[in-house]
Amino acid sequence: MPYPPYFTAEHDLFRQTVRRFVEQEITPVVAQWEEVGEFPRDILRRMAELGFLGVHYPPEVGGQGGDYFMAVVLAEELARSGAGGFPMALAVQTDMATPPIWRFGTAEQIARYLIPALKGEKLACLGITEPDHGSDVAGIETRARREGQGWLIQGSKTFITNGPRADFMTLVARTGDTPGYHGLSLFLVDLDLPGVVRTRLDKVGMRSSDTALFHFDQVRVPQQALLGEEGQGFYHIMWELQGERLISAAGALGSAQYAYDIACDYAKARKLFDRSLTGFQVIAHLLAEMATEIEAARQLTYETAWNFARGTISAKDIALAKLVSARMVNWVVDRAVQILGGHGYVADWPLERMWRDVRLNRIGAGTDEIMKEIISQEMGLRNS
Amino acid sequence: MKILVMVKQVPDTATRIRINSDGTGIATDGIKWIINPYDEFALEEALRLREKFGGEVVAVALGPSRVEEAIRQSLAMGADRAVHIKTEAELDASLVAEALGAVAREEGFDLILTGKQAVDDDAAQVGARLAVVLGVPQVTVVLKLEVDAESRRVRAERELEGASEMVEAPLPAVLTAQRGLNEPRYPTLPNIMKAKRKPVTVKTLEELGVGTVLQARVMALTLPSERPAGRILEGEPEETVRELVRLLHEEAKVL
Ligand SMILES: Cc1cc2nc3c(=O)[nH]c(=O)nc-3n(C[C@H](O)[C@H](O)[C@H](O)COP(=O)(O)OP(=O)(O)OC[C@H]3O[C@@H](n4cnc5c(N)ncnc54)[C@H](O)[C@@H]3O)c2cc1C
Repeated sequence: MPYPPYFTAEHDLFRQTVRRFVEQEITPVVAQWEEVGEFPRDILRRMAELGFLGVHYPPEVGGQGGDYFMAVVLAEELARSGAGGFPMALAVQTDMATPPIWRFGTAEQIARYLIPALKGEKLACLGITEPDHGSDVAGIETRARREGQGWLIQGSKTFITNGPRADFMTLVARTGDTPGYHGLSLFLVDLDLPGVVRTRLDKVGMRSSDTALFHFDQVRVPQQALLGEEGQGFYHIMWELQGERLISAAGALGSAQYAYDIACDYAKARKLFDRSLTGFQVIAHLLAEMATEIEAARQLTYETAWNFARGTISAKDIALAKLVSARMVNWVVDRAVQILGGHGYVADWPLERMWRDVRLNRIGAGTDEIMKEIISQEMGLRNS
Repeated sequence: MKILVMVKQVPDTATRIRINSDGTGIATDGIKWIINPYDEFALEEALRLREKFGGEVVAVALGPSRVEEAIRQSLAMGADRAVHIKTEAELDASLVAEALGAVAREEGFDLILTGKQAVDDDAAQVGARLAVVLGVPQVTVVLKLEVDAESRRVRAERELEGASEMVEAPLPAVLTAQRGLNEPRYPTLPNIMKAKRKPVTVKTLEELGVGTVLQARVMALTLPSERPAGRILEGEPEETVRELVRLLHEEAKVL
């Protein structure tokens, strides 16, 4: 039972189960998903059937009643598929687009969106980023105006994971005229409504996850589409982003560990100049350094997740964990590619794909620079 | 229907085996343990029979504390409760069968299911011996199973070399599972969490009246010898082909 008190025997057994599931049902087919640029929707239903969707949600809303570390286990183990795209799409489904419904939604919204999402029946996406506003969430321009019994939505969202096929979007839009933090609200928008236009985007990595640009052209939604309190959207989405960053840190740990495992096994087996690659001090020390970097990020992330699960949500600690794990996974995967040499660069091994995929960790869910901005603000440096 | 499933914990099939210092067993430090895959087929079949006929599935395992992990997994897959025969002793197949038999007699059963063999020692002894200890019919290497609860009979298809055989037997009986009998389920998260609250009865060999005097003992365990390096024949094709045929005939003895 490694890492007490974070993990118990139940977590170990769950890890073993997910690892087996990934080996049998994801790894053998993920290259094909990468090729076509999306995962099949059946896999969500399959995972729901196995109780892998929404592991940390309570049973009342269709979850599995596990603790937050069950979600950490799932994120770490899915990363061992050697592809980042599908795990990211799944994280959007269970840890990014849906937590606000559970936290701020009405019983009707939970029944209509959250429960079907956790059954794998509805595909969810999260719409924060706009073509003109990424890091500056407070600058969001997509506008929802009251009209008759409902709202009329006008604007654009981009880089939206699951976008091309999603059934609904958890949308951040401006509902008031005051600029900045005030006047933002959350909406749950059905994406089969007239006026929703989507364009699929191509990208360097994360290819088993499909991504879209949205245009909302006078999209009419009912009064009940408002999620949470009107005008509180910024605070609601800042709450959501904490969980999003933490789960992405956990996924980074899984990817780094997997890349390290591959590189380490390879280095032991690879014979050059009459010895194994680990017989060269440079390589042995590099592996030692990789293990050290992973361990440091792991301890910080687990500690932060432990506090998060107990209700202590520290934006600073979460930013530290997100920043450190995003940089670490890029550094480790790059070194793993180096250890494999040409084999690291060709598609026979998963490393070239991981190398392309993990680049997103430094951009998505808040960039490295934004993490540093948060940390420095929390340290009181920016306003002194 | 009450079904007992005999579950053995074995080293993960992907583990690199090393020999221990006195050369009579494997070094167990750092090994990852799993449920014997054939026992998983047995457990899955038991769970499906319970889903069909109702009743109870009890997992029975023998070994030191580490075996608790296999028990927990059996419970997470769906067994109702478990019996752990806790011992540090190395037993031979005859003693294991006696110990499991003693538990089976205490528990009572309609059916006992286990794997056709364990993948660690490949002895394929325990299922058969257990049936003898209990004086009930046995059907080994079962590929397909039909149970008629009314008439209390089983029809089982057995796998033979290049053929299959249909066997009928009355209950109670001991059946051993072959790969292909079913596809074992993954333990779901809610079941993993429930497993911790399911009862596990711990028994000692003394309580079961089973000794530890071995009838068969491992004298020595060695790894297979390393494969010798390949040989490359050089020269004109006519000569090398002739030489290759000669070597295949005289040295490798495959022609
Ligand atoms: C594959 C993929 C999937 C995504 N999925 C989603 C999704 O599902 N939903 C969603 O809403 N978004 C999604 N995103 C968007 C992602 O969150 C944004 O790309 C990210 O927040 C950065 O925003 P931006 O791209 O507009 O960059 P910008 O905000 O324009 O930033 C450009 C550069 O400026 C730097 N910068 C910005 N502000 C500061 C500052 N104050 N100080 C110093 N440097 C600064 C940034 O760090 C960056 O280096 C996804 C992106 C990708 C690539």
